[in-house]
Amino acid sequence: MPTTILYKEQPPYLADATPEGGDLWLPVTDLPAATGWELRSEGVCRGDVCMPVPRERESEYVRDGRARFNVGALARSLDQPVVHDDVLGVWVFGEAARARREALESLRAPDFTLPDPGGRPHALADFRGHKVFLVSWASW
Amino acid sequence: MRFVVVAVALDSGGATTTEPWIRAAKPSYPCLIDERHVVAELYGMVNVPSAVWIDEAGRIVRPTETAGASDAFRWHLDRTTKQMSAEGLADRRRTRGAYLDALHDWAVKGPASAFVLSEDQARRHLPRPRQEHALAAANFRLGQYLHAGGHRKAATRYLAEARRLHPESWSYRRQTWELEEPGRAGGPEFWAAVDALGERPYYPPAKIAPGH
Repeated sequence: MPTTILYKEQPPYLADATPEGGDLWLPVTDLPAATGWELRSEGVCRGDVCMPVPRERESEYVRDGRARFNVGALARSLDQPVVHDDVLGVWVFGEAARARREALESLRAPDFTLPDPGGRPHALADFRGHKVFLVSWASW
Repeated sequence: MRFVVVAVALDSGGATTTEPWIRAAKPSYPCLIDERHVVAELYGMVNVPSAVWIDEAGRIVRPTETAGASDAFRWHLDRTTKQMSAEGLADRRRTRGAYLDALHDWAVKGPASAFVLSEDQARRHLPRPRQEHALAAANFRLGQYLHAGGHRKAATRYLAEARRLHPESWSYRRQTWELEEPGRAGGPEFWAAVDALGERPYYPPAKIAPGH
């Protein structure tokens, strides 16, 4: 069924996926655009990081002759939070708390890119070389 | 002095709700709009105004803390007339003044400022996101996405779940209330929740005694 995938910072991606409980089987060809991960012979990789798919549990991760990949199983192995609305077919895969904690513990300010009211994007990293007073507010 | 303020609006309303405020502030610094509260998630912010001090090399020298706001509104504000007593105004001025003095000291002195934390001190002050907070963030994202897509009723469940999983987050609480019903973020539920804090602070004071 058509499923919208909101994977961390990736833009929303619509795929013909098969949800089964906490599993979400995605055509392997959609995997990179939906999640940033891709299936290679050495495992499932994102940039330089590769996670081997455990041989004895391969059927939890891939099926149909490696044509489909289970994003739910990957999320479980990474402790990612997953929430889905099965009626509307929307799945959210967030960032694991441990990854957030480790990022903060490095004391390197996590980067982000956000628009100003005119829609122009600004990255925190653009201000390197300046002291930055990063301050939040809201209209509510 | 290479110093910049980067103001981030944690605001699902986007430019629509934030632009009048930004225009009125006539800012000389970048004002960014964070509809998904990404910055709150990255830095462990649970209320506004919160701030982080980041040095020229991109290192956090003071982690997330209350940016000069005080709890005076809880004790010194007339909730009907919205008038703050003289005592409340003085408290607010004092808290904000002390914080801005510290900020100014850092802006001028940099690493020599007594308000810059050592790495060990900074790590001790870091927020510690837990798994239920991560799950709250995922629920918040789903709720927001469905709400923006016109599925307001379906969204409610996830927005409420975000509040339940991360009760310390006033940002989630007030933002999700406001999404569900404009005005609700400052309504009776808000005041009941504030009163339920009892002795606990709404704005935990920044520990800006030098070296803390």
